[in-house]
Amino acid sequence: MTTLEGTPNPEAPNPQLPIVQKLRIQYAKRGRLRFTSHRDFARAFERAVRRAGIPIGHSSGFTPHPKISYANASPTGAASEAEYLEIGMTQPCDPEQVRGALDSALPDGLDIVEVVIAAPGTFADRLEASSWQIALPGVSLEHAEAVTKAFLAADEVLIERIMKRGPRTIDCRAAVVALSARLDDANSEPCAILAVVVRHVTPSVRPDDVLAGLRSSGGLELKQTPIATRLAQGPLDSETGTVGDPLVFDRDAS
Amino acid sequence: MSVESLFPRLEPLLPTVGKPIQYVGGELNATTKPWESAEVRWALMYPDAYEVGLPNQGVQILYEVLNERDWILAERTYAVFSDMEKVMRDNDIPQFTVDAHRPVRAFDLLGVSFSTELGYTNFLTALDLADIPLHAVDRGDDDPIVLAGGHSAFNPEPVADFLDAAVLGDGEEIVLAISEVVREWKAEGRPGGRDEVLLRLAKSGGVYVPKFYDVTYLPDGRIQRVVPNRPGVPWRVAKHTLMDLDSWPYPKNPLVPLAETVHERFSVEIFRGCTRGCRFCQAGMITRPVRERSIEGIGAMVQNGLDKTGFEEVGLLSLSSADHTEIAEVAKQLGDRYEGTNTSLSLPSTRVDAFNITLANEFSRNGRRSGLTFAPEGGSERLRKVINKMVTEDDLIATVAAAYSHGWRQVKLYFMCGLPTETDDDVMQIGELAKRVIQTGREVSGRNDIRCTVSIGGFVPKPHTPFQWASQLDHVTTDDRLKKLRDAVRADRKYGKAIGFRYHDGQPGIIEGLLSRGDRRVGRIIEAVWRDGGRFDGWSEHFSYDRWATQTEIALADEPVDLDWFTVREREYAEVLPWDHLDAGLDRDWLWEDWQDSLNPDGALEVEDCRWTPCFDCGVCPQMDTEIQIGPTGKTLLPLSVV
Repeated sequence: MTTLEGTPNPEAPNPQLPIVQKLRIQYAKRGRLRFTSHRDFARAFERAVRRAGIPIGHSSGFTPHPKISYANASPTGAASEAEYLEIGMTQPCDPEQVRGALDSALPDGLDIVEVVIAAPGTFADRLEASSWQIALPGVSLEHAEAVTKAFLAADEVLIERIMKRGPRTIDCRAAVVALSARLDDANSEPCAILAVVVRHVTPSVRPDDVLAGLRSSGGLELKQTPIATRLAQGPLDSETGTVGDPLVFDRDAS
Repeated sequence: MSVESLFPRLEPLLPTVGKPIQYVGGELNATTKPWESAEVRWALMYPDAYEVGLPNQGVQILYEVLNERDWILAERTYAVFSDMEKVMRDNDIPQFTVDAHRPVRAFDLLGVSFSTELGYTNFLTALDLADIPLHAVDRGDDDPIVLAGGHSAFNPEPVADFLDAAVLGDGEEIVLAISEVVREWKAEGRPGGRDEVLLRLAKSGGVYVPKFYDVTYLPDGRIQRVVPNRPGVPWRVAKHTLMDLDSWPYPKNPLVPLAETVHERFSVEIFRGCTRGCRFCQAGMITRPVRERSIEGIGAMVQNGLDKTGFEEVGLLSLSSADHTEIAEVAKQLGDRYEGTNTSLSLPSTRVDAFNITLANEFSRNGRRSGLTFAPEGGSERLRKVINKMVTEDDLIATVAAAYSHGWRQVKLYFMCGLPTETDDDVMQIGELAKRVIQTGREVSGRNDIRCTVSIGGFVPKPHTPFQWASQLDHVTTDDRLKKLRDAVRADRKYGKAIGFRYHDGQPGIIEGLLSRGDRRVGRIIEAVWRDGGRFDGWSEHFSYDRWATQTEIALADEPVDLDWFTVREREYAEVLPWDHLDAGLDRDWLWEDWQDSLNPDGALEVEDCRWTPCFDCGVCPQMDTEIQIGPTGKTLLPLSVV
C-alpha cells in the first residue's frame, strides 16, 4: 500500500509539494463496468483526477506517482457499491466538491458515492468484513435454500483455488458469518438471491469461492452466470453478523 | 430495419473469457448514435486485439471525422481472442462493434485498417464471425462494402479476393467522399445493386475495386498485365494526400480506454510524411511530401488532448519527429508550459543526432526519463550508405557520449539484418559499434553501470520503395548471421555483459515478405492458413511458420511460383509488379535509379532530403499536385492561464 504521509525528499528529482489533507473515498462499480479489473480502475481513476484538476500529491523521483492508496479491491466481474480508496492532497479541498468533480470525470458506471476528510487511524483495519449479494438467475428459491442449509451445517467446506503458485485448498466455510437465500421479486424468471457476509481473511474468500463451496457441500446447480455485488464493507458486528459503515468515524470527527 | 444490441446476450458470457473489459466498450469520448439517425453507417476495424487496435491513430481519427457528420454513424470493432471466438461460435453471436454492440453485417461499410500484413488472418476471422462471405464475389446486396486502408493497402493484392475496395493514403477526406457516394446511391433506392455503387466509387479514381481489374500471368509465373475490365474504370488508382494539417486537428476527442493498451499516452501527429529517403522505408516513400503541423497547432492539440483524456504522457508523433523545423521551440515551450504538472513528453521516433540529446533533456524535465533509442539501421558505414541512412560512426558516438554525459544510463540501438548487399561482416560491425558505445559511455560518465541494448529486426522488402525489386535474405542465413553476432558479443569479457541483445528469428519475416510483395495468388494461401487455424500472426506465440510454409506449398502446387519466388527472388526492371497499377506518386524510373544507385560498385550514391536541398524528382508532388508544407512559423506558445 502506498503511504500517503511523509515529507517529500527535496533532493530527489522532481521534488513535490507536501500532503496537507487526506480524503477517503467510497466508489461503486456498476453495470458493464464491473468488468474493469482493479488495475483498469486505477488507471481510469488517475486520469479522472487529472481531468478534474484535483490537487493530488505525487511521490518524487524519476517516475512520480500520484498519492492514491486502494483498500481491498473487489474481483474483476463483480459489481460493487462499496469500494474504498484514499488520496493525499496538496491543498485542502471541500469533500463534496471533490466528489462531484471526480464523479463527472469518471465514465458512467464508475461512480463516486462519498468523499470524507480522513480521521486519524489506519483505514484498512476498519474493513473487517463484506456483505455480498449474489444473484443466481434460473435457480429456484427451494434449491438455493437447500444448498445454503447444507453449507451452513458443515464445519468446514474445502475448495480448490488457483493461486499464483498453483492450486491451493482453502476452507470457505469459516469466513462466512451469515448466509441466506431469498427470491428476486422483480424478475419474471425464477432468480434466487443469496445474501452473504464474509469476514476478511487471508487468503480472502470471494463470492466465487462461496459458490464453489455451495456446489461441493450442497450440490448447487447454476443455470446461468451469477452476478455478485458487494453491498458494503466495514467493521463486523459479530453479535448480529452485520457489516457497519467504515466512514462513520471520519464523518463524526469532522 | 432496426438493429438490436447484442450486449444482453454477450454479458452473461463475459465472465468466461479473458480480459472481458476489452469487449465492453464505454471508453471515455466514445460515440454512440441511434441507428435510425444516420444515412450511412461505418464499422471500422483494426484487425488486431483491442489492446493493440484501440490506440491506433488512424482509426480514432476516421471514427471522429465520420461521427462529426450527423448523417453518418461510425462504430469500432477489433479482433477477438480465440477464447472469445469460440464463445461467439458456440452461442451464435456475430462479430460486433464495441460501441453499441451492433452486428458488423448490419453496417453499410466495413473499413479495415491494415498497418501490417500480419492482420490478414484476423480480418478473415472477423468476416466469418460477421457472417459476411469471405470472397467479395459471393457477397450480396445485404452485405457491407468491405474496404481496406492503411499502409498495407498500397499492395492489397494478396487480400484482393476478400475486399470490395481499397483506398491508398490519407483517409480523412476520402471516407467522406465515399460516404457521399453511398448516401446518394441509397437515397436513389440502390439502383444496380452492389456492383453499381462499387462502379461509382471506382470511376471516381480514388477507390480501387479489385474485381474490376483482371490479372493475367506469363507461363513462368510473372504477371503479364493488370487491366480494367469495365468501361470508366481508371488504369491506375491514386493515393490521397491531406494538405494543411492545422485544419485537421484530430483526434479532438481522443478515446480513453478502461482496458490497458499498448500505448498509454495522448499522441499528436506533428507532421506527416518523410523525405529522408531511407531506401528500405515504405512509410517514408508512400506518405510524401512532408506536411508539418505548426507549433501553435501542436500546442492547441496537446492542451485539448490532456484536458480531454487525463493522460500524463504526450507523444509527439511522426516518422522522424526531431526533423520538425521548430522542434526545439516546441520542446522548450511545452516543457515550460507543463512545468510542475507531472506531464511528460516523448518523441517516439528520433534519428541519431547529438541535438536530440538536448531535446531529450527538455522532454524529460517534467516527468519520466525512459531510455533513449536511436536507429542507425545498418552496422557498417558502407551499408548505411546503401540504405541512404546518412549517419557516420563518429556522429553516433558523439550522440551517445552526449546522452551518457547527461546522466542517461541506457541507450537502445535499432538495426536491421538482411539488407541488400549485406555480408556477415556488416552484421558483425553492429557488435563493434555496441562495444564502442559502452566504452564511450564508461569514459564520459566515469561509471560502470552503462547499458546498451541492441535490437535487430529482419529486413522485409516493401512495395513502392527502391528496394521493391530486391531479394529478401533467406531465414537460414539471417539466423546464422545473428547467431554469429550474438556469440561474438557474449564472448567479449570487457563489454559483453553491458550489451543486451534482442532479435527475432528470420522465419516470420519471410511470411511478412510473402504477404508484402505477393499478388492475388497469395490470397489462397491466406485463406488456407486461416482455415487451418492461423490467427494473430503478428504475435510470436500464435505465429506458425510451418503452417504458412505447408499451406503455401499446397496452395501453389499447380503454379510455377513458390514461397522463394515471392521472397528471395530479385525482380527485373521490366517485370510487372503486383502494385504497379496503384499510384503512390513515386516515379517508377526514379525508384529504379535509386535502387541502382544503392548498388553502385564504387559505393552507394546518397540522396539528400528535399526539405533542405533542391527537388530530386521522386515524382510525388507534380503527380499528386501537392507541395512541401513546413515552417518555421516563428510563432510562440503563450503560457496557459492557471485555473
